[in-house]
Amino acid sequence: MSESVSHVVRLNQVNFHWSKSLKAVIDIPEFSMRRGESVFLQGASGSGKTTLLSLIAAVLQPQSGQVSVDGVELGTLRGGQRDQFRVDRIGLVFQQFNLLPFLSVSENIQLPCRFSKLRRSQAVHAGKSIDEETDRLLSAMHLSPSDIKNRKVTDLSVGQQQRVAVARALIGRPKLIIADEPTSALDSDTRQAFLQLLFSEVHAAGCTLLFVSHDASLGSMFDRSVNLKDINLAANNSDMLGATG
Amino acid sequence: MIGIAWKSICNRWTTAVLAVLAIAMSVALILTVEKIRRDARDSFAQTVSGTDLIIGARSGSVQLLLYSVFRIGNATNNISWKSVEEIRQRQAVDWIIPISLGDSHAGFRVLGTNHDYFERYRYGDKRSLEFASGKPFDDVFDAVLGSEVAAQLGYKIADSMVVAHGTGKVALVEHENQPFKVSGILKPTGTPVDRAVHVSLEGIEAMHVDWRNGAAVKGEGTDADVVRGMDLKPRAVTALLVGLSSRGAVFREQRAINTYRAEPLLAILPGVALQELWGLISVAEKALLIVSICVVVAGLVNLMSVLLAGLNERRREMAVLRSAGAKPANVFLLLCIESAVLTIGGIILGLALHYLLTGLGALFLQQRFGLSVALSLPGSTDLKILLAIAVAGLLAGTLPALQAYRKSLADGLSHRL
Repeated sequence: MSESVSHVVRLNQVNFHWSKSLKAVIDIPEFSMRRGESVFLQGASGSGKTTLLSLIAAVLQPQSGQVSVDGVELGTLRGGQRDQFRVDRIGLVFQQFNLLPFLSVSENIQLPCRFSKLRRSQAVHAGKSIDEETDRLLSAMHLSPSDIKNRKVTDLSVGQQQRVAVARALIGRPKLIIADEPTSALDSDTRQAFLQLLFSEVHAAGCTLLFVSHDASLGSMFDRSVNLKDINLAANNSDMLGATG
Repeated sequence: MIGIAWKSICNRWTTAVLAVLAIAMSVALILTVEKIRRDARDSFAQTVSGTDLIIGARSGSVQLLLYSVFRIGNATNNISWKSVEEIRQRQAVDWIIPISLGDSHAGFRVLGTNHDYFERYRYGDKRSLEFASGKPFDDVFDAVLGSEVAAQLGYKIADSMVVAHGTGKVALVEHENQPFKVSGILKPTGTPVDRAVHVSLEGIEAMHVDWRNGAAVKGEGTDADVVRGMDLKPRAVTALLVGLSSRGAVFREQRAINTYRAEPLLAILPGVALQELWGLISVAEKALLIVSICVVVAGLVNLMSVLLAGLNERRREMAVLRSAGAKPANVFLLLCIESAVLTIGGIILGLALHYLLTGLGALFLQQRFGLSVALSLPGSTDLKILLAIAVAGLLAGTLPALQAYRKSLADGLSHRL
């Protein structure tokens, strides 16, 4: 296995700034994640966490340097290809409001399968059908499928919503799961339980996990903990850049 | 995608319903205005057919057309019986129908005429009048009712009725001494004929035996049998419908009558006078049409504003869709589908509303003016209008959709608002 494929995420001399007049927000000489690794990325707010995630998720393009995900150099993809690449390879979980209020729980989970044939076929492959895979994921997230599947999303607690969001990120087994502060809306008990479920299911699916939080106490549960300050040269000399979030 | 769009609409159903209603109302309005315009025209044009000339006292041609055929307004003067006889004897004249107006019964016009009316009068596609029951008037005091008159007042054959002088709805003086008897009832025609009480010219004279200079002569009033014995030759009529033996003679005859020396008369060609009438009405029609178009535009602007206003609240929704793999093009499509659903919903509801309105409107027009407005499937003009509204609705939806497309590109996957 070549080095580029054994690494699911690889950044090389990546430099990003919002406009030419502003200083760089991201200046990362080197950062990479191995396949199956779970990485905790810690950083104060304003340190460029979300920007870095956007670069890895191919939402933003760096002004210089290369970002590759699952062996694909993102700079070589065009707009539409980037969108397709993202839904095929990356599952995303955010802090909150991950779900569409007008769709049922199972429809929300199956959303990526509407837009990605790859995710759909992998979901069918993993379960017997998409519906069964949805049920399996719900059970894995300790949610009773029969009880919750057809409920309205707005009736769920925040903790339940976040677990549904993880199920959606995991459906169809994308190579990379990016979780941006998924636990900051949860209390500490729920947070522990949530992380346990996340780990076990990410591990079972063979996914690579990039977990971002400002809460350093969570770091010990991961394979590797990285402080953005240590890899991002721009973070050290940009104290004035607190506004970009 | 359509499923998502539909559920998204249902999620914001109040604004969606309002947008659909706005479009529905504009669709209903423009279709109804268009329909009434067209049907009124048809109905007017159908009222008289096969008549080459209409002759009356000298006035305006539109006025003559209105009072002689449509029973709208009043004549300024009459034609003397001597002139009627002279016109009848002209070589080019095939037949004449004398018409004498000026009296009413329970708000319906009383029309004095002769048997030629039932034989010669044509409406629509050269159709002649037919009797639903009974027969034309024989006696001085016989009356033939239009279908609407009989239906509204509940008259049957051989019922007696009292005719009032003047044409108001509430008659001040009634010709009580000479009650008329219903001898026949006509089939519906969808023309003002339905709203007329037809009596003989002699009957009109008989009504006025005890009248001098517009007021009742004091006394008991003359008995009907006595009246029958009197000389009831009509002294004047209000208008004449004339058929010529050759249509080629129509302009020559018109000129001859317009320059008639014994009496100032006016002869008009019904078709030409109708055109003049349209000329007058078209200004109002155009104004109405412009108002309807404005309402349609307002409906579409409303649709656009509903979609645009919703966009800010829905930025999060768009971001969720994007993070779940929707491309900006999908977001664009979603908004387009939404506007299409709202527009089509509006059009369907508008059509339903239109049929309801025309149904009620037809009833009113039939009762008030004897004009027939038939319920019909949308014609090609209607379909063109609907298509134009559908296209405009889709176009109105593309601006918010473009906006959503741009925003979802700019917002990316960010949830921070």
